[in-house]
Amino acid sequence: MTDAVLTRPGRSAATELVRRLPEYLLIWVPLLLSAAHLVSFALWTIWISFTPSTLVPVAGWVGLRNYTAVTASRNWQIAFDNLLLFGSAFVLLSAATGLILAILLDQRIRGENLLRSIFLYPLAVSFVVTGTVWSWLLNPGLGIQKLVHDLGWTSFKFDWLIDRDMAIWTIVIAAIWQSSGFAMALFLAGLRSVDADIIKAAQIDGAGPVRIYRRIILPSLWPITVTVVVIQLQFAISTFDLVRALTNGGPGIATQLPALVVYDLMFQRSLLGRGAAAAVLMLLILLTVLLPYAAWRYVQRRRAAHA
Amino acid sequence: MAALSIRALSKRYANLEVLKGIDLDIESGEFTVLVGPSGCGKSTLLNMVAGLDRPSAGTIEIGGRIVNDVAPKDRDIAMVFQSYALYPSMTVRQNITFGMECRHVPKAEQEKAVANVAKLLQIEPLLGRKPAQLSGGQRQRVAMGRALVRNPLLFLFDEPLSNLDAKLRVEMRMEIKRLHQRIGATIVYVTHDQIEAMTMATRIAVMHQGSVQQFADPDTVYRYPANLFVARFMGSPPMNTMPARLEAASDGAVVVIGAGRPDEVRLRLRGYDAAASFVGREVVFGIRPECIAEASRTFSSDAPVRVDAPVELVEPTGAETMVLLRLGGEPAMARISPDIRPAPGTTAAFALDTRRICLFDPETERLIA
Repeated sequence: MTDAVLTRPGRSAATELVRRLPEYLLIWVPLLLSAAHLVSFALWTIWISFTPSTLVPVAGWVGLRNYTAVTASRNWQIAFDNLLLFGSAFVLLSAATGLILAILLDQRIRGENLLRSIFLYPLAVSFVVTGTVWSWLLNPGLGIQKLVHDLGWTSFKFDWLIDRDMAIWTIVIAAIWQSSGFAMALFLAGLRSVDADIIKAAQIDGAGPVRIYRRIILPSLWPITVTVVVIQLQFAISTFDLVRALTNGGPGIATQLPALVVYDLMFQRSLLGRGAAAAVLMLLILLTVLLPYAAWRYVQRRRAAHA
Repeated sequence: MAALSIRALSKRYANLEVLKGIDLDIESGEFTVLVGPSGCGKSTLLNMVAGLDRPSAGTIEIGGRIVNDVAPKDRDIAMVFQSYALYPSMTVRQNITFGMECRHVPKAEQEKAVANVAKLLQIEPLLGRKPAQLSGGQRQRVAMGRALVRNPLLFLFDEPLSNLDAKLRVEMRMEIKRLHQRIGATIVYVTHDQIEAMTMATRIAVMHQGSVQQFADPDTVYRYPANLFVARFMGSPPMNTMPARLEAASDGAVVVIGAGRPDEVRLRLRGYDAAASFVGREVVFGIRPECIAEASRTFSSDAPVRVDAPVELVEPTGAETMVLLRLGGEPAMARISPDIRPAPGTTAAFALDTRRICLFDPETERLIA
């Protein structure tokens, strides 16, 4: 009897381990495997970026030569400028579109479920499909311009797809079409989570609908806005398939983006070292977005824990 | 002048009747508590007074003006919500001034009003904080400040204390009562807690299934509950109620509990003339737990009635001992002196305060006497 009592703590720890084994296996094994892949391939890419590798990886050390070569190339400079323009335009406009759609849907309209599904549906479509469909729509000889011409307005011109200066905006349009529904879903959830009593209190206080949105509801959405912006930004930075299907970086290299540069260097020009350097630069751009976000989340959580 | 008059007010959602012809007149300066179990329609009624919900029929009059078609902001009311409903993105100061901002009150006047209210509620150090940085009790105070600053004709409270822990609830209860005594505001207060109703109200409206069961001052509601529902809802533990028979006696009537049983209890009634027509009939007998006590208690009457009753269960609470006993076979709670602990399973003697008995009509459940 005494023995049993004495050994009980050790035994229960062992049974506890057995009981929780499925959890450990299901959570930790995939987590460690994917982390190992992510980290090991990232480290491998970083290593390659410092080697003179071309067609196949080779050992050696060239310092920052690959990086200077990439950043000095016109291809990369255009890609980087495009990223700044595309990233900011896409993120701002898709968030704004999503917010407007969410506010309109929030007016307790009929057919809300149907509309919500329609707006959210593009998200279920692959970027390659989006890019291809929009490349047809925007093709002056096939799509919108031809439709309007056929309707009789022959002076109508909508040829951004083949216009060097405007082509980047076609990517913005397609990307907004694809992902503003996602922003809408997040914003709508935020709008709906505002306590109904708060709205009632504001009505009694004498605030009209515009003031209620401006002073009470929209300010409460800003944590969601940050999340939307960060998610869209990391999508913008890693955009590849959409551009590949829509413009393939063209006309010329007018719609080049960093991911296309990486692909181009690695698999078309067989410059593995330079491609790896461009990839590492992309990773750095991504980190400049994600690290402040992680810090912000950390601060938010600490503040919530204190309150 | 009546601050609030409600006439034949009803509310129907599809085929569900939530309120069935409510009539209430609330005088200026009164603290009226609407109390009832959840789903009795009390919050719906308050929302309609606030203008947040439209009645199906009937009128609402605030300060002598029919307000059925008046927007909430123009009804001269202020409301405190159960969830406090503070604006999360604004500081405490902005929360309090938001209403004045909407009404375009000059800045200097706003400052003065905030200072007054903050002083009254002792929330001056909190003015710069956001609601998330406040404790439950502080949020409650800010919510009241936002209502007070408006200085309305009518304050509406929707279960304002139910999100607080027990200790804070008692504190805030006293504070709200003190506030009412100090500023003499007209308050309509909704709660499901009958203790809040008893302790704070100057008048209580007990609601059940969409109608007002009784509208009277707390003592009357407690002493003369209008029907069995009120008798069983108000008081903790509630009034003991049991079937009984009223029989004629030489000088009045006798209530017989458990008639025909060997342990039947016969209680002589005095001063229950209204019950005369029920002599020889079944009634529902009601007695408050505090009217059954240990045998030595006299209830400041010359001749308290004594009965022997079997003890089933004893619950010492510290301040008193609750005893579950049987009167003529029917269960009843007694509230006796804390240092007396009759043993369960034995029979003990108890004193009954027969001057405070209630009799109800078993058909209509209404109070007879």
